[in-house]
Parts: sequence; structure tokens; C-alpha cells
Amino acid sequence: MFDNFPLWPDRASTAAGNVDALFIFLLIVSGLMTLLIFITVVYFSARYRRQRGVLAEQIEGSTPLELTWSIIPMFVFMAIFAWGAVVYFKGRTPPRDSTEVYVVAKQWMWKLEHAEGQREINELHVPVGRDVKLIMTSQDVIHSFFVPAFRMKQDVLPGRYTVAWFRATKPGTYHLFCTQYCGTQHSGMIGSIIVQEPAQYEAWMSGGTTGPLSATGEKIFAELGCVTCHRSDAQGRGPNLQGVFGKPVLLDDGRTVMADENYVRECILDPGAKRVKGFQPIMPTFQGLISEEQLNALVAYVKSLSQPGAPGTKTAAAAAPQDSNKVAGSQVNP
Amino acid sequence: MATPPTAQPVERENYLNKHYGVGSWLLTTDHKRISLLYLISITFFFFIGGFFALLIRLELLTPAGDLVQADTYNKLFTQHGQVMVFFFLIPSIPAVLGNFLVPMMIGAKDLAFPRINLLSWYLYIIGGVMMLHCMLTGGVDTGWTFYVPFSTAFSNTKVIEAGLAIFVAGFSSILTGLNFIVTIHRMRAPGMTWSRLPLFIWAHYATSIIQILGTPVIAITLFLVVAERALHLGIFDPKLGGDPLLFQHLFWFYSHPAVYIMILPSMGVVSEIIACFARKRIFGYGFVAISSISIAVFGFLVWAHHMFVAGISVYAALIFSLLSYAVAVPSAVKVFNWTATLYKGSIRYDAPMLYAFGFLGLFTIGGLTGLFLACLGIDMHVHDTYFVIAHFHYIMVGGALMGYLGGMHFWWPKISGKLYPEGWARLAALIVFIGFNLTFFPQFILGYVGMPRRYYQYPPEFQVLNVLSTAGATVLGVGYLLPMIYFLWSMRYGKPAPDNPWNAAGLEWKTPSPPTTFNFEQEPVVTWEAYNYEELDAHPDEEAPRVG
Repeated sequence: MFDNFPLWPDRASTAAGNVDALFIFLLIVSGLMTLLIFITVVYFSARYRRQRGVLAEQIEGSTPLELTWSIIPMFVFMAIFAWGAVVYFKGRTPPRDSTEVYVVAKQWMWKLEHAEGQREINELHVPVGRDVKLIMTSQDVIHSFFVPAFRMKQDVLPGRYTVAWFRATKPGTYHLFCTQYCGTQHSGMIGSIIVQEPAQYEAWMSGGTTGPLSATGEKIFAELGCVTCHRSDAQGRGPNLQGVFGKPVLLDDGRTVMADENYVRECILDPGAKRVKGFQPIMPTFQGLISEEQLNALVAYVKSLSQPGAPGTKTAAAAAPQDSNKVAGSQVNP
Repeated sequence: MATPPTAQPVERENYLNKHYGVGSWLLTTDHKRISLLYLISITFFFFIGGFFALLIRLELLTPAGDLVQADTYNKLFTQHGQVMVFFFLIPSIPAVLGNFLVPMMIGAKDLAFPRINLLSWYLYIIGGVMMLHCMLTGGVDTGWTFYVPFSTAFSNTKVIEAGLAIFVAGFSSILTGLNFIVTIHRMRAPGMTWSRLPLFIWAHYATSIIQILGTPVIAITLFLVVAERALHLGIFDPKLGGDPLLFQHLFWFYSHPAVYIMILPSMGVVSEIIACFARKRIFGYGFVAISSISIAVFGFLVWAHHMFVAGISVYAALIFSLLSYAVAVPSAVKVFNWTATLYKGSIRYDAPMLYAFGFLGLFTIGGLTGLFLACLGIDMHVHDTYFVIAHFHYIMVGGALMGYLGGMHFWWPKISGKLYPEGWARLAALIVFIGFNLTFFPQFILGYVGMPRRYYQYPPEFQVLNVLSTAGATVLGVGYLLPMIYFLWSMRYGKPAPDNPWNAAGLEWKTPSPPTTFNFEQEPVVTWEAYNYEELDAHPDEEAPRVG
């Protein structure tokens, strides 16, 4: 396409083809409907233009016709809905074992941190052919992470994580736009997604890093004294965090929640809100005491405790074998 | 019209010349005079909003931000939206044409509560003055959507002032809706049964339901925004323990149905025009009437389709997408019925009919692109891009405004007692249609290639489409100025209008042009169905059937 007159966006992710196919289907359906209406209107207007001595023929209406043109569009709409729902569901469900990137948005920049520890600003390097999961939050107002070439968009909210994912298919540099109005420099809050061949990407990744994000998280975990209560055995005053992430947790009020990124985040910032069954409300809040980046590192650390070969497994080996199918809250002594 | 107006040497007494003086206007309780007060006020706001739009389009002529400051640009699109939505589109057809025509169409002397009608205009004016004051003392930059926590904790502009202005203007809308509902229930002339009501009335009835049920929610929402901003109550801001998505749910609970406040009356106008210029009863009258009501009802159940990528659950998104398709069906039914009405008609192409054709075309495109946005998989890509901008302008400007202009031309002889210049009017309708498409069609493409909305500067590859859009906007501007000029011209120089220049059905045409203060000399008794064009055309020389 022309450089300064694009009529179609780049197609650089696995989702892009799906969205485009659906879009083209809709273009055809709505194009046909538009044509049908336009041609009918133009034909009727010309054929039945006012002529001397010719009166309009009064027609009351027709229930069969009304039903036809209600029910047929209804079926077409349902087909569009179902197809759209499938594409959306795929787009909103990150595959397991995705590479994780933590995104912190603020007025007016994107801060991105790879699970491996690389940090970037307004740029994100990703390899071709790998699923990348974005775990995003905002330091201030609502932003939105939009990569047109990936047909992917997700609002980024303060006070919680939202998640998006993509798998890039074509090396190149693509626009990253903020699409939720966020103040003066909203249109300046743009960046680039740099998609590289795996070899190039590995070379880039071997550049300077302070070590994986979870290791940073482990350090913070120790510095803030979390480790004194959240021990790796059953004797701590707080729940043992080994193997907790990604599993259901039984709460003090009888509810069960999934221990996902948002739950870990909430437990750190508002420990009383969803307290694990069998524990006293003694944990202080860390609201306002730690930055979004530190919070991300802690989440990455807690997550790593549920992965084989992750930093925490040394200590985990010392703990008694756990039945991972049990609800986490029931594993500890009251 | 073919029949030349009969010469009227002495002007009859009518609602315009019965009293003179500023006081007789500012204290009037005549629905027709209040309608004119609204006409003047909303036209004023329309040109303010249009001026902002012009500056926006000029800024977007080049990729760099070079005409105004970024903050100024943000205020321009914010106040363009607020002025056009709350101070032009929402009052437009109901408060001007509805106010003028609802009592006349059902054979009443006035609305049920004439003083409340005047009060609603004053509330509108108070809100409008507050909004002007807000603009002149710095303006507001939150976007017309007031999204939190930007509006409550981060914006340094006049958020409270703008919020309160809209809060006050909202009550004007509630009172108008209340007045219409009571009037339609209680003031119909003998014989004017529900099944004989013009579709314009059905549309206004449906609109009034939304105004009454929806507007209090936006009032509450804006009030909470003001409270959080002023008093730091934690309602929406997560830092204070609030939930920003709660705001979006509340805001769209009103603001989605608000689209139907704008489009339903326009659909009512189009039904009247098509029936008259095709000389036919509307095809499927009952279905068209009921579709208005079902749009009003279903319209309340689709709000979260504005939030598919905002962080709501996948399952909520599925439900709201499904319901959004449900509301598309009655809209499609209307389009098919209007089209079918043309079949075997006797069609003339006067200016109101050209606007109605324009409405059909633009509303069809606007409605069909709504299917794209309600489609979850596509919304992920086009949400908050220019695709959305194009879509809602096709509905709210292409649909609502075309209907409004068509209605203004159709009823202008009744309102002013003068005929407008038909040639100029047809030209203006054509210019508006071409200008509109040139302005907004490129924006669909811009949106799909990825240009986000509310961008002050943009990557250079988007420039060609933006230049096309700006060019279209200037054409469109000319198209809007023309009617304003020749309407004003016709008030002084236009030929006197006969009572029923279109030989149209409907009780409003049985009054003199312009009508007397109480519309009917004696209460009409209705013995015929709506759109009785067969009888009208069977006896072209008589004024059949006669009132009374």
C-alpha cells in the first residue's frame, strides 16, 4: 500500500488475520445490505415518481414481510455475534506458558519490564512466534494499550491489573498507541513494538539486566520483611506462598477466589479485603509504600514460587510435600 | 408547491403577532413560542459547537500539532462534544419541533404543563449560561465522557463547572419528557386513539420515556464526580478506594440511551416526511410504532458495549454484545418499512424529502457500522479509534441532524407562515449530504488503519485521509450555513405560506399558518386514521376531512 495513504493496517500477529477475516465478512454483509436498500430506494423513487393522474396505491403493511425482515437479520446478527465472540474470547485468553511482560502506564509514557529483567520505555522488543502476555497497570489515570498491527487493545487501569496477549508473526516496528484519553500529551503517549527474529531477540535480551524480575521481587520480599510471616513452612503467621499462585484460595468469609495477579496485588495493598481462611488480620497494608514496579516484582516473585525450578524452590523443597489439589487456605494450621 | 398561495392582504392574528415585546416572549407559556425560544438557543449552541469542530478539523490538517496548544485542542473536542450532545442534539427535535407539534398533532391547545414547559427552557438557559461561563473562564478538557480518575483527580480544568452545567440542563430534558408523556396520555382530541397517532408522536413518547428514566442517572453520576473532585469522597478513584469502571457503567447507562433521545425523534420526523411525499400511509404502521418503544426499552440494556476493552469480564461482554444486536433489529425494521412505503407511492423530491433520503442513506451506514462495533472481535481493534467517531457521527449528525433539518423544512411554513426558497433548500440538502460523507467516510478507514481518537498530533501516514475529512468539513459547514441564511431571509421576504402547503395529513396542517395561540378554533374530532393520504388525494380541491 502507499506509504502515506494506507487503506489497511499491517497484519503482524496471529489475531490480525482472525479480526481481518471477520471484518471482511462484515464488510460484505453490510455492503450487500446497503446496496439492497440503496438500489430499492433509488428504483422506487424513480419508478414511482409523481405523475399526473396517477395516485399512490395504499398498502397497509404485511405481517409476513415484517417477520421476514426481522428474523433474517436476527439470524445474520447472531452469526456475526458468535463469530465475534470467538475471536474476542481468543484475544482475551492468554495461552499458558506465555512470556510475561509487566507494563506500567503513566502520564505520558509506557514503562515495560520483561520477566527476565530487561526494562524498556516506550519500546517493547518481542520475538516472532512467541506468546507474550502483558500484565498491565497504571500509575495515574486510565490508559489503553493499542497495537493496530496486532488488532489488540486493552485499557490499562489504576489500582488493578488488566491482561492482554499477542503472538507476533512478522518482524518489523509497529505503532503502540494510547487510545484512552489521558490528558495533555495523550497523543504523545506512543511507542514502538519491535518484533525481531528469535536469534536477534536473544542477542538483544543478553544485554544488561539486573536479573529476572522475580529475583528483584525476592529481594524486596526480604527487605520489606514479608518473609518473616510468609515462611516457607507451615509455621508462619501468614500463609505459606509456595505453590499458591494460579490455584483457588479459600477465604475467611467462606468465598473462594483464584490466586491470580490481581489477587496477589490486592493482598499486598489491601490485606484485609480477601483474607485467607485461618489467618488473623495482622498484615499491614503497603498501599502508598511501594511503587507499581516493586509491586510487579513481588507479583512476579509470588508467581515464581509456583513454577518448577523457580527461585523459591530451594526453600520449598525443605517444606513438607503439599497436596497441590487442595485449596490453599486449608493447608495451614489455624 | 404547484398551488400558488392565496394573497392575504391583512395578516391574520396568530401566535407570532398576538403580543409584542420582550416580555411577551420571555414569560410566554405558548408551546409554539417556547419552541422558537429553543430554536434560537440551540442554533446559537450549534454554531458554537460547529466552530469548535472547525478548529479541530483545521488542527488535524497536518500531522504535527501546530494550530493550537495540546491543552486547547483537548478542550476543543471536549466542549464540541458537550455542546453538541447536551445543548444541541438532545433538545433539538424534541424541544423545537416536538414542542411545536406534539400538542397540534394530537389536537390539543398546549402541552399539559405550559409553565413547566417554560421552566424547562429556563433550566436549559441556566445550564447553557453556566457552560458558556465554564468555556470563557478556561474550559474543560476531560472529553465529553468525563472519565475518572482523570476528571476527578488529574484534570486542572473547570470540571465542576461543566458537570454542574450539564446537571442543570438535564432537568430541562426531564421536564420536557414528563410534559410530553402527560400530554400524549391526557390531551388527545376525541377520536385520536393510540393507533391513530402520527409516528412522530410515538417516537416522542418513546424518547420521553428515556429522558425521564435515563437523565436522572447522568445527573447522579455527574454529581458524584463533582463530589469526588471537590470533597475527595472515594467513589470512583481507586486511590480513594473507588472503582473507575463503576463510573463508566453509570455514565453509559444514560449516555447510550441518550443516542436514542437524539435519533428516535428524527425517525419520527422521517416517517411524517416520507408518508407525505410518497402520498402513502407508512408501511407497517404498527411495527414502526412498536419498534420505537422497543428501541427505547432495549436501549437501556446495551450500555456496556462501550466497555468491551475497559476491563469488564469476558462473560459480561458476551451478554452486552448479544443485547446490542437485539436493539439493531427494530432499527432495521424501520429502515425496511420506510423503503417499502415508497413502493407504489407518488413521490416528489422537495427539500424535506431529500433530507429524508439523506437520513435513510446515512442512518443505514451508521447503523450497519454499529454492527461492527457491537461485534466483540472487531471492537477490540476499532474501539476508541476514528472508526467510532465516524460511526456515531453518521448516527447523530447523519441521522439525527438530517432529520432535524428535514423537519425544519417540512414544518417551516407552519412555524413561520412563510415559504422558504425551494431551489436553495434542495441545493443545501445536496451539499450537506456530500459534505457529510466526505468528512466522515474517510474516518472509517482512518479508524481501521489504527488512528486513535482524541489525538492532537498523529503519525504522518494518516495525513491524506485527514485532509479529505477536513475538506469535507468545510463543504459541510457551507451546507449548514445556507438554511440558516434562507430561513432568516424567508421570514422577511418569503411568500406567505398556505395553511397546508404540502397537502399533508395530520392535525397540525388543519391550523392556520402560522397557527393561532390556541391552535384550533374548536376542539377537533378525529374520525380518520393517520396518514389518510388516499382521502386527501381523492378530493384534491377540498380540505377533506374537515375538522370539527
